[in-house]
Amino acid sequence: MEIKISVKNLDAFYGKNKVLHNISIDIPKNKVLAIIGPSGCGKSTFIRCLNRMHEVVGGSIKGEILLDGEDLMKTDPVLLRKRIGMVFQKPNPFPSMSIFNNVAAGLRLNGVRNKKQITPIVEKCLKQAALWDEVKDQLNGSGANISGGQQQRLCIARTLAVDPEVILMDEPASALDPISTTKIEDLIFQLKKDFTIVIVTHNMQQAARVSDYTAFFYLGKLIELDETNKIFTSPANKQTEDYVRGRFG
Amino acid sequence: MMSLTFVAALAAIIPLIFIFYYTISKGITYLNVDFFIAMPKPVGEPGGGMANAIVGTLILIGIGGVIGIPVGIMTGTYLSEFGHNKFGYVVRFLTDVLSGIPSIVVGVVAYTMVVMPMKHFSAIAGGIALGILMIPTITRTTEEMIKLVPQTLREAGLALGIPKWKTTLAIVLKSAWKGIATGVLLGLSRAAGETAPLLFTALGNRFWSTNIGQPIASLTVYIYDYAKSPFEDWNQQAWTAALVLILLISLLSLLFRIITRSKYKTN
Repeated sequence: MEIKISVKNLDAFYGKNKVLHNISIDIPKNKVLAIIGPSGCGKSTFIRCLNRMHEVVGGSIKGEILLDGEDLMKTDPVLLRKRIGMVFQKPNPFPSMSIFNNVAAGLRLNGVRNKKQITPIVEKCLKQAALWDEVKDQLNGSGANISGGQQQRLCIARTLAVDPEVILMDEPASALDPISTTKIEDLIFQLKKDFTIVIVTHNMQQAARVSDYTAFFYLGKLIELDETNKIFTSPANKQTEDYVRGRFG
Repeated sequence: MMSLTFVAALAAIIPLIFIFYYTISKGITYLNVDFFIAMPKPVGEPGGGMANAIVGTLILIGIGGVIGIPVGIMTGTYLSEFGHNKFGYVVRFLTDVLSGIPSIVVGVVAYTMVVMPMKHFSAIAGGIALGILMIPTITRTTEEMIKLVPQTLREAGLALGIPKWKTTLAIVLKSAWKGIATGVLLGLSRAAGETAPLLFTALGNRFWSTNIGQPIASLTVYIYDYAKSPFEDWNQQAWTAALVLILLISLLSLLFRIITRSKYKTN
């Protein structure tokens, strides 16, 4: 198993408040790692450390995060985020931009001006995000006028356009209806061929369906990390078992 | 309770109704093409217009805009995006103070800073006074409008590897720009209606002038001069000037509406 991201002894803080305690995880390449745990357990904070968005909201990080062996804490966060993309909980297409421009935004604002270069990438990413057939006739329409599920796939397409290696997803389907959720889950299954995916989810069935590995977080600590079917059938830790059986959380 | 608030609501719109009633009924008499293209006539001669004052007002708010719009928008952006510190707090407080300062005081300051060194009145001095008056309105509207842009859009931009300054410019400001334009419009309208700070900066001018180094005519100063004059003709023209000023501001407002009209139909 090839390791894409290696997290070693990671602590994260909001001000003086320590919210992640000594997390060490190896994230395997081209697999889906699901992070589960009750609210406030630090799962969102954890993935926001990986693309250093945690620092944007005033947090701080201690420890080591290696992306292909390269220390993330010494990399320029702006360059880093092109390699580690992120999809957020609530679909957040840019409301002032068309569907096409939403997907192209990451390229354009990073200096790619040539439309001949951009157009095929936009088409490819919309196809990859399983959205092309639904929006190909309204590419110039507003990105805010499509359904929530479509918006979320648009956000995924937008993330794909900058050609990341890793995609972080912070509860990407929690604001969506069951059908849209299924589409997103199918999509995650497709995407892992090309990308390493880390998904935070509240929904344990979702974690069981989409992920290869699952990590259980509780109170800012990593309790258990294992293959998904093992976590859901015979977890080693009592707390994990209680959580996946629905006894708390 | 309801009837009481209803009466208050009625009382609130009555002044506006009177304003429209009087400016239109009294101003319409002299409202003709000449008013827009002809120069003022000397006392006693009938007719004439205020072409110089209309252009003068436009030049004055133009100069004011060149100063007030960029400073206001950039200050507002700073306050909202970077100003969560002591300096930001102080600037926010001082902008509020500035918005409460009587416009005539701003005029006095422009007089001391610009008119005195230049040794004569000028359009530029008037424009500077108006620009200063615009800053607080534009700053605070910009700040409030940018604050309304959801945090998640900023994060989406940053998460795409877009640098912070570009995210602010191309995503945050772009999403907020309709609201910002409204602030700019408010600033410009307020400036167009100012009289006091122009009296001893731009002064006024009976003749055609587009030279910003020289005194310049403006509709408001004309209204002031003509309304207090003893001549019936001039009093009438003051009403017309008031009407034209209102029309000008409405036109500006319409123009902004057209510019900021959404490209997309909203659901």
